[in-house]
Amino acid sequence: MSKRSNEPFLWLLFSAGGVVSALLMPIHLLLFALAFPLGWLDGPGYEKLLVLLRHPMTRVYLLVLCSLPLFHWAHRFRFTLYDGLQIKHLSEFINVFCYGGATVGTVVAACLLWSI
Amino acid sequence: MINPTEYLPKSYHPRVSTYWWLTRWVYLKFILREASSVFVAWTVILTLLQIRALAAGPARYAEFQDWLRSPLLLVLNAVSLFFVVFHAVTWFNLAPKAMVVRVGGRRLPNLAISAPNFAAWAVLSAAIAWILMRG
Repeated sequence: MSKRSNEPFLWLLFSAGGVVSALLMPIHLLLFALAFPLGWLDGPGYEKLLVLLRHPMTRVYLLVLCSLPLFHWAHRFRFTLYDGLQIKHLSEFINVFCYGGATVGTVVAACLLWSI
Repeated sequence: MINPTEYLPKSYHPRVSTYWWLTRWVYLKFILREASSVFVAWTVILTLLQIRALAAGPARYAEFQDWLRSPLLLVLNAVSLFFVVFHAVTWFNLAPKAMVVRVGGRRLPNLAISAPNFAAWAVLSAAIAWILMRG
């Protein structure tokens, strides 16, 4: 019996993460990392942001925003290392680093969002 | 007797330069697109740090805002924004290739599939900005 590949599942996570990061990340980065800190636009104050953050929908949203893009990164970065640097012989180490990193990131995000 | 195949290579493995992706613009574009994933991961880390700072209280959040205003972070985040937008544009342009839709036996034109993606991007961005900036 041949071993079943988990590649389709990983590709699905890659693809879902690609969609989430393409749709949501540009505006998040533009507002929170540039426009609000530099005062180009009036951002929400601390209290308002905290109320928003504590809403259950926001927590679910942020968990998706953090988790899926990490698996997107893991998949792309893995193949960039394979092909770009031609270090496929290190694949076991690379797999642990990439998918392990994405899993750890997801757990950290879940704990953080749970504890607020 | 000489076996003629003895002098033929068993398999041909040309050595490809580690910098193969610098030789052509399309290759470089491919690698830049793949590299965008690093900035996607950075955006996640930044978001997690922001949530942690928010949870730690107003003083810590103000410190976090100061940190974002440091030159290093501004440059890093401007570069990240470029790459994340690059990712979005290349991703939506790839959608018609990943998803072939046929209507009445004809393949829908690329624009019919990529345009709704770009529209969704615009609507969601506006919605997020509105939620954050209203009153």
